[in-house]
Amino acid sequence: MRDKTQLTRLETETVNAAKTRKPLYAARQKIFPKRASGNFRRFKWLVMTITLGIYYLTAWLHWDRGPFAPDQAVLLDLTNRRFYFFFIEIWPQEFFYVAGLLVMAGVGLFLITSAVGRAWCGYACPQTVWVDLFLVVERAIEGDRNARMKLDAGPWTARKLMLRVSKHAIWLVIGAATGGAWIFYFADAPTLVGELFTGTAAPVAYITIAVLTATTYTFGGLMREQVCTYMCPWPRIQAAMLDENSLTVTYNDWRGEPRSRHAKKVQASGQSVGDCVDCNACVAVCPMGIDIRDGQQLECITCALCIDACDGVMDKLGKERGLISYATLSDYNANMMLAIAGGSSSINPSLVRTAVGTFSDQVAHFHIRKIFRPRTYVYMGLWSLIGLGLLYSLLTRDRLELNVLHDRNPQFVTLSDGSIRNGYSVKLLNMIPEPRTIVVTMQGLEGADMVVVGDDIPAGRSFAIPVEPDRLKTLKVFVRQPADQIHAPAQTFKFRVEDKASFESNEYAATFNAPEAAK
Amino acid sequence: MSDEHIDEVSGVSTTGHEWDGIRELNNPLPRWWVITFYVTIAWALVYTTAYPAWPMLTSATKGMLGYSSRKDVKNDLAAAEAAKGKYVAAIQAKSVSEILTDDALREFAVAAGAAAFKVNCTQCHGSGAQGSKGFPNLNDDDWLWGGSPDQIKQTITHGLRFASDPDTRLSEMPAFGDIITADQIAQVSAYVASLSGKVRDASLIQPGAKVFAENCVACHGDNAKGNREFGAPDLTDAIWLYGSGETAIAAQVRAPKQGVMPAWVGRLGEIKVKELAVYVHSLGGGE
Repeated sequence: MRDKTQLTRLETETVNAAKTRKPLYAARQKIFPKRASGNFRRFKWLVMTITLGIYYLTAWLHWDRGPFAPDQAVLLDLTNRRFYFFFIEIWPQEFFYVAGLLVMAGVGLFLITSAVGRAWCGYACPQTVWVDLFLVVERAIEGDRNARMKLDAGPWTARKLMLRVSKHAIWLVIGAATGGAWIFYFADAPTLVGELFTGTAAPVAYITIAVLTATTYTFGGLMREQVCTYMCPWPRIQAAMLDENSLTVTYNDWRGEPRSRHAKKVQASGQSVGDCVDCNACVAVCPMGIDIRDGQQLECITCALCIDACDGVMDKLGKERGLISYATLSDYNANMMLAIAGGSSSINPSLVRTAVGTFSDQVAHFHIRKIFRPRTYVYMGLWSLIGLGLLYSLLTRDRLELNVLHDRNPQFVTLSDGSIRNGYSVKLLNMIPEPRTIVVTMQGLEGADMVVVGDDIPAGRSFAIPVEPDRLKTLKVFVRQPADQIHAPAQTFKFRVEDKASFESNEYAATFNAPEAAK
Repeated sequence: MSDEHIDEVSGVSTTGHEWDGIRELNNPLPRWWVITFYVTIAWALVYTTAYPAWPMLTSATKGMLGYSSRKDVKNDLAAAEAAKGKYVAAIQAKSVSEILTDDALREFAVAAGAAAFKVNCTQCHGSGAQGSKGFPNLNDDDWLWGGSPDQIKQTITHGLRFASDPDTRLSEMPAFGDIITADQIAQVSAYVASLSGKVRDASLIQPGAKVFAENCVACHGDNAKGNREFGAPDLTDAIWLYGSGETAIAAQVRAPKQGVMPAWVGRLGEIKVKELAVYVHSLGGGE
C-alpha cells in the first residue's frame, strides 16, 4: 500500500457547514471550484458541447419549404405569426403543441429526477452549462483554484487588473453571443446578422441582446451557484420527486467514516478507520461550494464532479472507486446498517469488508432494475401518452380549414322579391406554403344560392377561389333562399371547402335564419 | 442608550432601544437590498429630472426630455393620419364607383365607412343598418332614391327633405284623407296590398285599381313599381317602410309619414361621405 500521507490536504470551507449553520442572509462566500477530471467531467464536456452547439447553431440550419415560405429550419416568425420547426409549421391557434411539449418536458423532468436525481441541474440546465463555460474562461485566464484564490486575496496590481478586465470582457462577449444567438430564432438569421452590424436591425433586437447579455453575464459570471440556491424553485420541488430508489450523488460514509488524515497512525493504535482521507478534494471541485459528506442537500446540483475528484484520490490510494458515488437511499441505508451492525455500534468500515479487504457480498450495489418501478412507469406512461397524442394530432391535423361567422346584425334581410338573405364571413385557411384554388360549396338549403361580395363570381351553389400560400382569406358571402323554400326560422346547412388537387376538404355547419312569418 | 449592547443568544448588537426588557436586534440589511435602495434613489433623481415630475406653484417641472403624453397622442394621431394618407388621397380623387373597383381601396373605405356609420347613422338606421319602421333597411335591395354608388352618395351628401340644403332630395306625398273618400282609401289600399299578397275582400281590388289609376300613377307609375326620381316606393315588392298590410297602407295613404334625413357633407366632408357610400353599398343591396 502506498503512503497516504503524501496527499496534500486542500484548505476549504463550505458555505453551509453543518457545524456553524450561518444565517441565510450573508455576504456571498466566494467559491473557486478546482478543475476536475474523470468520467463525469468528460460526460459534462460532451453535454456542454452538444447543448451549446444546439443553441448556437440551430438558427443557422436550413430547411427547404419551397418558394413561399422561409427556409430557416427553426424560426419563430412573430410578425406573420407563423412558427417553423423543420418539417412542422404551426399557426398561432396550434400553439397547444408547444404547451404539450412543455408538459412533456415537465413530466420528463419528473421521470429523470425520480430515476437519476437532479441530472437536469447537474448536466443540462443552461445555468449549469453557462457557469461551466464561464469557469473555463476564468481558469484559462486566472489559473486553477489556488492561483485564483491568491489573485483574489492579493492587492490590485496591474496584472490583477489586466486579468480581471480580460476575464470580464470575455464573459461579456459570451453573454453578447448568447443574446445574439437568441434573436436569430426570430428572424432570417443571415439577413439579421448583416443588419446587426450595420446598425439597421430593429431596436428590439438590440434590446434583447442587451438584456440577455446582462442576464448571462450576471447569472453565469457573477451569481453562479446563488441562482440555483436562492432563485431556482427546482431544488425545493425535487424533494417531492426523489424517493429511496432515486440515484443521487452520495457520500458513502458507511465505508468512509471514521475519516482520518493519518489513517496509518490511527490504524496502528487499533481503531477502525474509513476510506475517507479527508483530503477535501470533493469540496474543492464543487461548483456549489458544499461538502457532499454532509449528506444530500438542497444546494447539491448532482454534477458528480466530487465523484470524479474522489475517484481520482481513491485510485491514488489503490482503493475501490465509489466512496462518493451515485447511490440510492435504500442501498445506502442497507450498507449503513451493515456498517453499524444493525445499530449496535458506530460506523465500522471493517464490517462491510471481508478479511482480505474486499467488499463483502452483503454490500448492496445499484441495479438498473431499480429505475423501473411503479413511479417511473407512471411518469413514462404519462409522458408517452402525451407524446403519442401530440404526434397523432400532428399527423392528422387539417391544413385546409374554414371558419364561418354568421352576421348577427341583421341576422337576415328580406329582399324585395320576398326571399331571405343571410350574410356570412367565410374565412378560408390555406395552411400550406403553396398557393391553392379552393372550391367552396353549399350543401343543403334547397333552392338557395350564394354570392361573394366584391367578386364577379355569378350566384350559384359553388365557386372556386384562389388563396395565397400560407394565408387566410376572408370572404363576405351572401346566401339567399327564395321565400317558398323556407321551411323553418333556423335551418342548418354546410359550407364545404375542397382542394381538388390534394383532395383535402373540410366542412362547417352553419345556420340560415329567416323571420318567423316567412316559413 | 449609547452603550453598545450585544444580544447574548444571537451575538448580534442591538439598536439600544428597550421595551419592557425586549431589545431590538440590529441586524444589517442585506447588501443587495441596500444597493437596490440607493439605485432606486439615484434612478428617481434621474427620472424626475428627465420627465415632468416636481409640482410647482402653478404647474410642474417640464423635464429635460420635453416629454408630454399629449404630444405623444398628437404624434400617434399624426402617424395614423399619415398612414391613411395614401388611401384618403385616392378616395378624394376617385368617384364612389371607381373606389369600388379597387380592392384595397374598397376595403379601406368599407372599414372607414363602417366606423363613421357607427357614430353618425346608427341612431336612425340601426347598428347593423337594419333600419326599423320608418327608417329604411340599408341591407336590402330596395332603394327609394336609387342604390347605385353615386346615387347613395348623393343621398348622404344632401339628405332627404332637408330644408337647409338646396340640393336635397325632395318629394311629398299628399295626405289623401283630404282628397278621396274613406271608401276609396280602403279600396286603393286593398289594391296595393293585392300586388304583393293576399287581401281580405277581393271585391275591393277592382275599384281600388281605378282609384290608383286616377290618383297614384303620377308618382308610383302605371305598374306601381314606383319612381326613384321622387323617392316613390315600389308597391309591388315585399318591403314596406311603414308596414305591410291593408291597414298600414291605408294609414299611409290617409296621412303619409315621410322621413327626413340630414345632409351630411357639411358635417362629415366629402371623403367621409364617399366612405359611407361605399360601406352602405357593400352591405349587400348595392346596385
